[in-house]
Amino acid sequence: MHVHKYERWWMTFGIVMLLVFLATIGFAAFADNMNPPSGLQAIDPTKVAQIPPFDHPGLRRLPDGTYEAYYVAEVFAFNPQTLTVPVGKKITFYVTSPDVVHGFFIPKTDINMMAVPGWVNSDSHVFTSKGTYLLICHEYCGIGHQNMFAKIVVR
Amino acid sequence: MILRENRVVIAHIYTATAAIVVGAFFGALQGLSRATVFNAPAWFDYYRILTMHGVLMALVFTTFFITGLALFVTYRSIPRERNTTLGWAGYWVMLAGVLMAAVEILAGNATVLYTFYAPLKASPWFYVGAAIFIIGTWVIAAEIFGNILWFRKNNPGMPVPLPAFTAGATFLMWWIATLGVVGEMYLLIPWAFGWTHGVNVMLTRMLFWYFGHPLVYFWIMGAYICWYNIVPKFYNGNLFSDGLTRLTFIMLLLLSTPVGIHHEFMEPGISATWKMLHTITTYGVAIPSFITAFAIFASFELAARRLGKRGFWQTVQSLPWKNPAFCGPAYGMLLFILGGFGGLVNASYSMDSLVHNTIWIVGHFHVTVGGPVALTFLGIAYWMIPKLTGRALWKPAWALWQTRLWFIGMLLMSFSMHIAGLMGAPRRTAEISYFGSAPNEWAAYNATAAAGGLVLLTSIVIFACVAVGTLLANKKGEDMTVEFAQPLEGSERAPAMLQALFRWGLVALVAAALAYAGPLLEMLHNPGFPAPGMRTW
Repeated sequence: MHVHKYERWWMTFGIVMLLVFLATIGFAAFADNMNPPSGLQAIDPTKVAQIPPFDHPGLRRLPDGTYEAYYVAEVFAFNPQTLTVPVGKKITFYVTSPDVVHGFFIPKTDINMMAVPGWVNSDSHVFTSKGTYLLICHEYCGIGHQNMFAKIVVR
Repeated sequence: MILRENRVVIAHIYTATAAIVVGAFFGALQGLSRATVFNAPAWFDYYRILTMHGVLMALVFTTFFITGLALFVTYRSIPRERNTTLGWAGYWVMLAGVLMAAVEILAGNATVLYTFYAPLKASPWFYVGAAIFIIGTWVIAAEIFGNILWFRKNNPGMPVPLPAFTAGATFLMWWIATLGVVGEMYLLIPWAFGWTHGVNVMLTRMLFWYFGHPLVYFWIMGAYICWYNIVPKFYNGNLFSDGLTRLTFIMLLLLSTPVGIHHEFMEPGISATWKMLHTITTYGVAIPSFITAFAIFASFELAARRLGKRGFWQTVQSLPWKNPAFCGPAYGMLLFILGGFGGLVNASYSMDSLVHNTIWIVGHFHVTVGGPVALTFLGIAYWMIPKLTGRALWKPAWALWQTRLWFIGMLLMSFSMHIAGLMGAPRRTAEISYFGSAPNEWAAYNATAAAGGLVLLTSIVIFACVAVGTLLANKKGEDMTVEFAQPLEGSERAPAMLQALFRWGLVALVAAALAYAGPLLEMLHNPGFPAPGMRTW
């Protein structure tokens, strides 16, 4: 099939752009370890309130100086409602849901996860500046969805 | 013969019109409510209205228009004595499904948005209605495939006419994609009736997005059917290349389904490996998009050259900017360029965490489905309705302003949504003040988005006036013959490999199976826990 010369150039340009984009994403993923949250740990949603550490959600300090923050996202609130965390430290957030799908999003950061019943999702973040951050549910979860938020105080 | 065929197409097109008018009304209400322009009365349920808006626009308007359009181009490019039983059967089955689901939504029994994410548990009849609707579209697909097979049998060795080929590719893709949602219904319907006691949430989400992304390419393919076969006739242009057009549709058929996990980047239960695989396949759509962009602009330029015009501005000026049927698709193409840029961000694996489930996403799909798709369909309706009814278009000047207003309204609304989304404003949320805790700048963009929504509502009311006015004014005498765009004289026929539509359909099915084999096996190996589900509204 005959393909016009200019069109060949244009398609070559398109394919090269495609490869450049994919190489950039691949580099970020493999060299800088920039991967989306993909928690593979299962949990029975009907027993979240009994299973540690979700029976007492909140912040834990690990021996290596990093932190773990455990959250339960349920209709229509986050538990803990307010959490104080240290500035400049790595914090790994763990979230699960005992009822329907919720969102776990801290605007102005790259913490953006889905909280799915039956699963624990997780992602890490280092807050570089002090202040109060909003944590919101950004997946429709029912009639009170717009009231589902919490606060994270970074000190 | 033609008249009988036309009646079934008219039913599809006017049902789509009703859906977009009602859907736009609900959309404008949401915009105003989010911008807190009016104090919502107690009966106003934001999420029920949002569910109606999503279902009417994403499923009812688009699908009824595309079934009508695909039947129309198939019937007119394969003229023969035919009965319209399947066309009507498909229509009534689709309509029955829609009405069943709509009753449940309006009654407040299915406030689950158009994505109906389990374990939000709607009335079982909502899911049954959705499944019936899909089965209706399969009847239409069978009618289109049947006509293509009839043509092949009676014209051995001849290529299937391009309009019918593109309609066939679109519905082959649709058939493969809707297997996902039917599979999901197989899980949800018994659960909603209470016959099973839990549902694998991640499996339902994977099945939904197996369907949900191809759904958007189904809309785009509907727009492409118009851009390649119909729009060039408005400026006395040609189809740039028969072979490359077929290649574009085959690539869309292949690349639509094996990509859905890019909607699930932020979810647990799926390894990053599969998310990366679907990122790569998603980007493949750049190739048919680039071919299409080239073909359209080349076709513009060749038509202008025939008039002795040279260069960019002369080419632009030579296009029929007073013809609403041209302006709809043309403004839509401009919006699609913006939509393409945004799509690169959404599909890019790591960057998606900045925008996932923010109102940026809503801005993105309004400059895609609300832009090129809706605007193309509205514009093409101005051409199709006279071709179907023999009646002259009522108030063509209004029609022209309708396309302009839609373009302006969509830009205003989508830009505001994109910016607010980058600042972190969430989507699908009735109020975003969080009792005063939210950043103040979110509110300002809500107001401009609502203003855009009002412009869009005005535009669609004008469209409804022209569409219904054309029937009522009843000014007969319009020429009903249809000519589709032809390739340039002396251009060669597409190679046999690009004619084998159904064989490519089989390849597409295999590609979809391969792309989902890994994530599905992973899910079978580590299925998580079932969720009982509940009604939270």
